[in-house]
Amino acid sequence: MELLLSSAIGMLTAAGIYLILRRRSFAVVLGTTMLSYAINLFLFSTGRLVVDRPPILQEGATAYTDPLPQALVLTAIVISFGMTAVTVMMALGAFLEGGDDRVDMPRADREPDLARSREDFRA
Amino acid sequence: MSHVLIAPVILPAVIGALIILWMRADLLLQRVFSIAGTAALLAVAIYLNVLAASGQVQVYRLGDWAAPFGIVLMLDRLSALMVALTATLALAVQLYAFGSGWDRKGWHFHALWQFQLMGVCGAFLTGDAFNLFVFFEVLLIASYGLMIHGGGPMRLRAGVQYIAYNLAGSTLFLVALGVLYAVTGTLNMADMAARVAVMPVEDTALLRTGAVLLMLVFAIKASLVPLHFWLPSTYANAPGPVAALFAVMTKVGVYAILRFYTLVFPQDTVIESVVMDLLLPAALFTLAIGQIGIMGTRNLGRLAAYAAIGSVGTLMIAVSQFTPQGTTAAIYYIIHSTLAGAALFLIVDMIGARRGDLWLRLDTVMPGNALIGAMFFVTAIAVVGMPPFSGFIGKLLVLDATRTAPQVVWIWATVLVSSLIAIYGMVRAGSLVFWKPYGLQERPVPHEPAPLPSRGRRIPTKLEPDEHIQDLGDAASPALAAVAVGALLAGIVALTVFAGPVTQFARATADQLHNPALYLHAVLEGQEGTK
Repeated sequence: MELLLSSAIGMLTAAGIYLILRRRSFAVVLGTTMLSYAINLFLFSTGRLVVDRPPILQEGATAYTDPLPQALVLTAIVISFGMTAVTVMMALGAFLEGGDDRVDMPRADREPDLARSREDFRA
Repeated sequence: MSHVLIAPVILPAVIGALIILWMRADLLLQRVFSIAGTAALLAVAIYLNVLAASGQVQVYRLGDWAAPFGIVLMLDRLSALMVALTATLALAVQLYAFGSGWDRKGWHFHALWQFQLMGVCGAFLTGDAFNLFVFFEVLLIASYGLMIHGGGPMRLRAGVQYIAYNLAGSTLFLVALGVLYAVTGTLNMADMAARVAVMPVEDTALLRTGAVLLMLVFAIKASLVPLHFWLPSTYANAPGPVAALFAVMTKVGVYAILRFYTLVFPQDTVIESVVMDLLLPAALFTLAIGQIGIMGTRNLGRLAAYAAIGSVGTLMIAVSQFTPQGTTAAIYYIIHSTLAGAALFLIVDMIGARRGDLWLRLDTVMPGNALIGAMFFVTAIAVVGMPPFSGFIGKLLVLDATRTAPQVVWIWATVLVSSLIAIYGMVRAGSLVFWKPYGLQERPVPHEPAPLPSRGRRIPTKLEPDEHIQDLGDAASPALAAVAVGALLAGIVALTVFAGPVTQFARATADQLHNPALYLHAVLEGQEGTK
C-alpha cells in the first residue's frame, strides 16, 4: 500500500509539474488540479497509513488514525476547488480579451513600439 | 486574553462582507464604509502596539481551545508593528484610489480591499502554521481580484501568470506543512519549536527538508531570486494603488521567514546554518537583479517593480544574518521599503494618468510636472538609499549589521555597487520624464493634453467597470490623490527624523524575536488549562 500511494503521489506530481510548465492556460489549469490531487494524497499520508480505524479515540478502541490530516485535506480540497474556479475564470477572461490562451507575456508588455502599433491595430 | 487581538481579522472581514451584500452598487457608501473601516483598523493596530509594548507575548485562543490543540493568535512587537504598517499603508493608498478614481474602474474594489487586509493582518497575527497557509490563501484570492481590477488584455494575462505561480507556491506550502507535521506531529508554531529543539540530530533529515521547502514558499512570496519571476509583470500591470498595497505583500514573505527561522528553526540548532547559507546568496542576487532592472527597464511600472525586488534583496541580506543586530536593521528597512515602494508605485500611476501610458520615452510636458517631479525626486532618493532620507539610514544599518559577517566583502560590494546602478536608473528615468520635455521643440506625436477636471464639474460616483486605462479626466479629486502620496512621503520623512526611537523599538522587537523561550512560555505554559 505504501508503494501504491507513493507512486500515485509521484506520478500525479510529475504530470502536474509537466502541465503547469506548458504555455497554454488550459494545460496549466489541469496541471494545478493534478498537483492539488497529489497534495491531498500526500497530506493523508502525513498522519501515517492506517486502515480501518476510527479517526477519534473512543471506548474500547485500541488503535486510531490521526484525524488532523483529514481536516487539513478537507481545507485543502475546498481551497484548491475555489482556486481552480478562479483560475478558469481568469484564463477565460485573458483568452477573450487577448485573443489567445498563451500564459507567457507578449513582447508588447516590455517594448513600447510594439504596444503602440498594437493599439493602432486594435483601434 | 484580550479579544481585541482578533479584531484586525474580524473587522475587515465584516466590512468586506457588508460592502458586498448591502452596498454593491453604491460607490459612495462603499467609499465611506471602507475608508472608515481601514481607519478603525489603524486605531486597533495602534492599540495592539500599546499592548505589545509591554514586551509580553499576548496569546488569543480561538474558541478557547488550549494550545496546541486549538489555533492561537500571537501578538508580539513584530506582529503589532506589521499590522500597524499595513493599516497605515492601506489607509493612505485607499485615499489615493478614491482620489484618482481607480476604485470606479471595476466591481468590488473596496470589498476585495478589505478581504486583502483581513488576509494580511491574519498572516501577521497567527501562531499556527496551517492557519498561516489559510491566511496566505485569503490574501492571495483577494489579490487576484484586485490585480485584474479594471481589466484589459495585458493585465488579465499577467493575472493568469500570477495566479499560476502562486498556486504552485501554495502547493509547495502544503507539502512543507505536511512534512513538518509528519515529523513533529504538531502545527502550532510554538509547540513545533519546542519539539524541534529536543529532536535527536539523527532524526532531523526530513525536518531539514521541510524547513528548506518552507523557506522556498516564503521566498516566492518575498520574490527572492530565482523565485521572483512573477513579480515584474504582475506589479507593472496591476492598477497603481493595488501595486502600492502589494508593497506590503512581499513583506508578508519576509515576515514569515523572520517568524519561522527565529522561533521554530533558530540558527545553529538542528537545522544548522542551511537556511542562512541559502538565503544570503539569494538576497545578494535579488538586490543585484532588482537594481539592474531599474536601470534596464523601458517602463515606469516595471521600474517600480524592480525597485521592490531590490528592496527585498537589501532586506533579506539583513534577515539572513539572524542576529539581533541584523533583525533590527531588517525591521527598520521593512518600514522604510514598504512606505517608499508604495509611494513610488503611486507616483508612477500619477505619471501614467497624465501621460496616457507608462513607457519611458520623450513626451510633452505633463500637467503638474513640477509637483510630481519633486515627489518622484524624494521617493527615488529614498528608494536608492541616498542621504538624507530613511533609505540611507536603513542601508547604513544593514551594512553595520553585516560588518562582522564572514562574507562582508561580498555584501558590501553588492550593496554599494548596486546602489550606484539604481541611482543611474532613477536619474535616467527622472530626467527623461520630467526635464527633457522642456527641451522638446516639436511634439513627437500629435497628442491632445488630458482634460483636466474643471472646478465645479462633478465626477459621478458610479461604477464604470472594465476600463483598464486610468486618465486624469476620471479622477474624482487629483488633489486628494496627491495628498495621499504626500502622506506616504511624510511617513518617510518622519522615519528619518525619528530614526533613533524607531531603531530602539526595532532593537526591542529583535531582542524579543531572538528569545523563543518567551513565545513557548506564553503559548504553552502561560495559559490556564495548558501544561
